[in-house]
Amino acid sequence: MLNQATLRSFIIAICVLSTLLSGVVQAQLIVEITEGIKRRPIAVVPFGWEGNAGDVPLDVASVISADLTRSGRFAPIAEEDMLQKPTSGADVDFDDWSILGVEAVVVGSVTQTGDNAYSVQFQLFDVFGRDQLVGYRMPASRGTIRRVAHRAADMIYEKLTGIKGVFDTKVAYVTAEQGRDGESYSLTVSDQDGENEHKIMESKDPIMSPAWSPDSRRLAYVSFEGNRSSIFIQTLRSGNRIQVSSKPGINGAPAFSPDGRKLVITLGGVDGNLDIYTLDINSRQSKRITTHRAIDTEGSWSPDGRYIYFTSDRSGGPQIYRVSADGGTAERVTFEGSYNARPRLSPDGTRLAMVHLDRGNYRIAVMDVKRKDLLVLSAGSQDESPSFAPNSDTLIYATRPGRNGVLESVTADGLIRQRLASVQGDVREPVWSPFQRF
Amino acid sequence: MSKYKLLLVSLFFVLLAGCASQDIPDPDPDSTDSTYGSEDGADTDGMDGSGLGEGEAIDYDPSQGELANIIYFDFDSSELQPEDAETVARHAMLLTNDPQLSVRLEGHADERGSREYNIGLGERRAQTVRRLLLIQGASAGQISTVSFGEERPAGFGSTEEAWAQNRRVEIKYTN
Repeated sequence: MLNQATLRSFIIAICVLSTLLSGVVQAQLIVEITEGIKRRPIAVVPFGWEGNAGDVPLDVASVISADLTRSGRFAPIAEEDMLQKPTSGADVDFDDWSILGVEAVVVGSVTQTGDNAYSVQFQLFDVFGRDQLVGYRMPASRGTIRRVAHRAADMIYEKLTGIKGVFDTKVAYVTAEQGRDGESYSLTVSDQDGENEHKIMESKDPIMSPAWSPDSRRLAYVSFEGNRSSIFIQTLRSGNRIQVSSKPGINGAPAFSPDGRKLVITLGGVDGNLDIYTLDINSRQSKRITTHRAIDTEGSWSPDGRYIYFTSDRSGGPQIYRVSADGGTAERVTFEGSYNARPRLSPDGTRLAMVHLDRGNYRIAVMDVKRKDLLVLSAGSQDESPSFAPNSDTLIYATRPGRNGVLESVTADGLIRQRLASVQGDVREPVWSPFQRF
Repeated sequence: MSKYKLLLVSLFFVLLAGCASQDIPDPDPDSTDSTYGSEDGADTDGMDGSGLGEGEAIDYDPSQGELANIIYFDFDSSELQPEDAETVARHAMLLTNDPQLSVRLEGHADERGSREYNIGLGERRAQTVRRLLLIQGASAGQISTVSFGEERPAGFGSTEEAWAQNRRVEIKYTN
C-alpha cells in the first residue's frame, strides 16, 4: 500500500498558494481542496455576446472556468488581471498572455441565431507555441447551452491533458433527512457540478444502491417501501418505474450489465443466504451465479461483460472475488488486508476500486488489475461507495467527517482529492453517470 | 426448552401460585390455651391474630417480567448472547400458543464498512433469531425477516456506544 503522506503538506501549500493567486470564485461545488498538485495557469476570457443586450443565456466562460478549476489541474486567472479580452482568435495578442505566465488561452463568443437558438464558438490557444490547439462551433438552445459549455470544457481539457473530460456528465446520490414527521429519503440526479438538481424519488423508507444504465437513461435502485427490500428501474425522462425484483427476503445491490439488458443483483430468499444472481430485465428470468452459504453480494460487471466481481466473506471476512458472468468457480481477487468490499472496475478495465480497511479506517482503495498493487486514495474513517467517472481518471465517493455524510472526489492516482460541498443534508452512495449521448 | 419441559415448569409455577393464594389460617378462636384459668373470674382475651403469619419462599420468574423486543449482537457477530435465550424463548411461546400471531424480524448492523454487505450482516442476525423461533415451535408462515443493514440506526455517531446500539434485531408483531 502506498499513500501520499510524504509530499502532502508541501503539495497542499503549493496548491493553496496557486488557488489564492488564481482568485477564481466558485459558485458551486468545490470548497476544500484537501490534496492537490501544482495547477497549470490558463486564461478563459469572458465570451463575446452577439444578440440583444441583457439577453445572454449563459456566462459560458464562467462555466468552462469552473469546470477546469474543479478538475484540480488548472488555475484560470482572474478577469481583472487580463491585459486584453479578445473574443475571437484573430484578436489574440500572445505577448499579453506570455507576460501573465499563462500557458493557454480560451476565447469565444455566443451569437443569437433565432428566437431560442444560439451558436457557441470557442478557440483554445497555446501561448508558448502561438498556435490554435482546437476551435469549435456548436449550436445551442436555452435548454442545452449549459451542456454545450460543458462540452467545450471537455474538449479544452482533453486537448491540454490528454484525458477525456467528464464535465458533461451527471451524478446520482441518496440523501437522508430527519424531519418533523420522521426520516425521509430521496434519490437525486444533478449535473456533475451540482447544478440542475432533480429529486427523482422520495420515500419515508430507505433508498439504496443507485446504479446507472449504460445509456444513462435509467437508474436502478433498492427501495424499502413497504418495510421490505425490492429493486426498481426508473426511467429518468418520464419518472416511470418498474419493479424488477421483489422476491421474499433480500433484494439488493443492483448493477447493469455493459449491454444494459441485465442486472446483477443479490437475493437472500427466505433463509437469508445472500447470493449473486443475474436478472434479464425484459423477461425477469433470474440465473443463480453463486451458491455459497457465505454472504455474497455487491456484484458488478467487468466492462467487457465477461466477469462479475462481488464481495464474499466465504474466507472469514469480506474480500473481493470474481466469477464468469455465466457462473462457475469464483476466484479470489484481493489478498491485502482483512476487509475488501464493494468492487467497481474502472470503465477502461485497468483498476478495481473498493472499500478497504486501512489500519482501522474504512477507505477507498484502487488495485491495478494487472500489477495487483493496492493504492489507498482517501483519508477518512468511514469512506464508502466509490464510483468511477466515465474517463476512469477520477472517482466520487461518500465519507462521514461528522454526523452528515458528504461527497468527495479523488483522482485514481490519489494526487487530487476534493470535497464537494454543494449538496445539503446527509448524503451517501454517489454514482457517476456514463458519458451522455447528445 | 422442549414443549413438555415448558409445560411442567408452568405447572410448577401454577401450583406455587395456588399455594400463595390460600388464606393464612387464623388461630383457633375457641382454643383456651391460656396459663391463667377462667374459673378465677379473670378473663383473658387472646390477642387479635396479629402475630406474624407463615412466610414462604418466592422464586425468580422471568416470564413475569416485561418482554424485550430488541436483541443485541457483538461486532461482526450474529450469535445470540446467552442472556437473550430467555427472551427468544418467550417470543417462541407466544407464537406457538397463537398461530394467528406473526412477527417481522428486522435485522440491523452498525455503520462500519460497506452498505450492502451490512445488509447481509443484519440479515444473518435476523436469521439467527428466526431459526431459534422455528426450533422452539413457531411456524415458518408466522415469521418474516427484513434487513435494514446500517440504514435505520438507533444510535447516531461513530462511537462504540452508537455502534453497539445498532447491532440488533427488532422483533415486531405485525398483527
